[in-house]
Amino acid sequence: MKQPVEAWETDFDHTHPDYAARAPEIWDELRATCPVAHSDRFGGVWLPTRHADVAQIAHDTEHFSSEGVIVTDWKPENLAPMGYAPPITSDPPFHAIARRLLLPAFSPREIARWEPSARESARQLLDEMLAKVGDGGDVVDAATEYAQHIPVRVIADMLGVPREDGDIFRGIIHRILETPGEGVGIEGIPDEDRLDTYLTAAIEDHQAHPKDDLIGYLLEARLEGEPLTVDHIFGTIALILIAGIDTTWSAIGASLWHLAQTPADRRRLVDDPDVLPFAVEEFLRFYAPVTMARIVADEVEVGGTTLGRRDWVLLPFPAANRDPAAFEHADAFVIDRAKNRHLAFGVGIHRCIGSNLARMELNVAVDEWMKRVPDFELADTDPAAVTWSAGQVRGPRTLPVRILKTNATSDGGH
Amino acid sequence: MKIVLDLSKCQGHGRCYSLAPELFESDAEGNSVLLVDGDVPADLVDAAVLAADNCPEFAIEIER
Repeated sequence: MKQPVEAWETDFDHTHPDYAARAPEIWDELRATCPVAHSDRFGGVWLPTRHADVAQIAHDTEHFSSEGVIVTDWKPENLAPMGYAPPITSDPPFHAIARRLLLPAFSPREIARWEPSARESARQLLDEMLAKVGDGGDVVDAATEYAQHIPVRVIADMLGVPREDGDIFRGIIHRILETPGEGVGIEGIPDEDRLDTYLTAAIEDHQAHPKDDLIGYLLEARLEGEPLTVDHIFGTIALILIAGIDTTWSAIGASLWHLAQTPADRRRLVDDPDVLPFAVEEFLRFYAPVTMARIVADEVEVGGTTLGRRDWVLLPFPAANRDPAAFEHADAFVIDRAKNRHLAFGVGIHRCIGSNLARMELNVAVDEWMKRVPDFELADTDPAAVTWSAGQVRGPRTLPVRILKTNATSDGGH
Repeated sequence: MKIVLDLSKCQGHGRCYSLAPELFESDAEGNSVLLVDGDVPADLVDAAVLAADNCPEFAIEIER
């Protein structure tokens, strides 16, 4: 059980169930009353909620290290410049080397290659989901029967591991991202053993049977003529697995949660499919799933508050995205918002390397759902029927919706 | 209308070449490449504004 939070300004806990349930309200309250909040939990952690402060920290790699990006009671030390999952945990100058190695594989052109199979997955999941419901308006779980499976399949295909392993790595990811600090192992990373075992087997399989996929690419890659270290390969595969699944699952789920209760936006997507790319960006702004973190490398002032060396700092990108100082009508979801400099993928040198992939998956997931299920609603008006994840990735983990109208095939309706 | 892309700020978010493919394209790493020589053709003014308004890094400047 989590200790009750006394005051969010001075004792916040981003892993607390109350934070999971109402984080957007908490960010708005803090931004107005205490824009750089502090908590003694996790050995001392800050929570800035203004766009300008979050962007300042993300851009300042001199005063903030990425050595630690998940706030737990265990604080990484002396792992810079590579860190345990390069390049997300790397600092300059090593960061740029590790990042450039991966960038071509995540470029828009490369990611476009994965779109047909993502679309095929979405259609197949919808077929399976709808086969179980009749025409009488039955209920499905859009989070666990649909959203969750799309990123798992794409990432499995990209890495070159079986899609059927989805359940194994979903369990690992859940423990690392959503219940940090619980079940801490020898080095403090929860259930590291299980991830170790899984990845070691996957790497050995690739060594025995070379394949043309991301694991194969990393095994063949050279830095200044030398193969990557085992730690580098291992950390990068772990990163792709962990960062590419819960995050996109959350964004797809939150988007469907929004549409389930907003008939006007459902109608707009059906009547005007060209609005979809703008809707995707507004989903990303309003329901940005990811909060990153840094460790203060050197004492520095942020928003009038002095942050001490080795303190944790959370970077709640969704809070920055709702700052009225940075967005017109920040608290309103505007489906065709034309000016949208949201920070869902961060800013600065650590801009999410999977952003093209996430956008493609979110676009495909919403597009295919709306073509097949143009009308649906929340199955239960009680907000507690939808559960949200705690920790640094926020999205609905159960999302019961009632299907109101379906089209026979994905091509129907338009 | 003049348009300037500050490559020292670009982090490859890809908003500009998605929204204004006539003005920008992606290099092999996802960073932006400006396709026009500073002057925006009249029929691409709206696209240029859209690209600038959606760059999270404020890397695109337009001068009217």
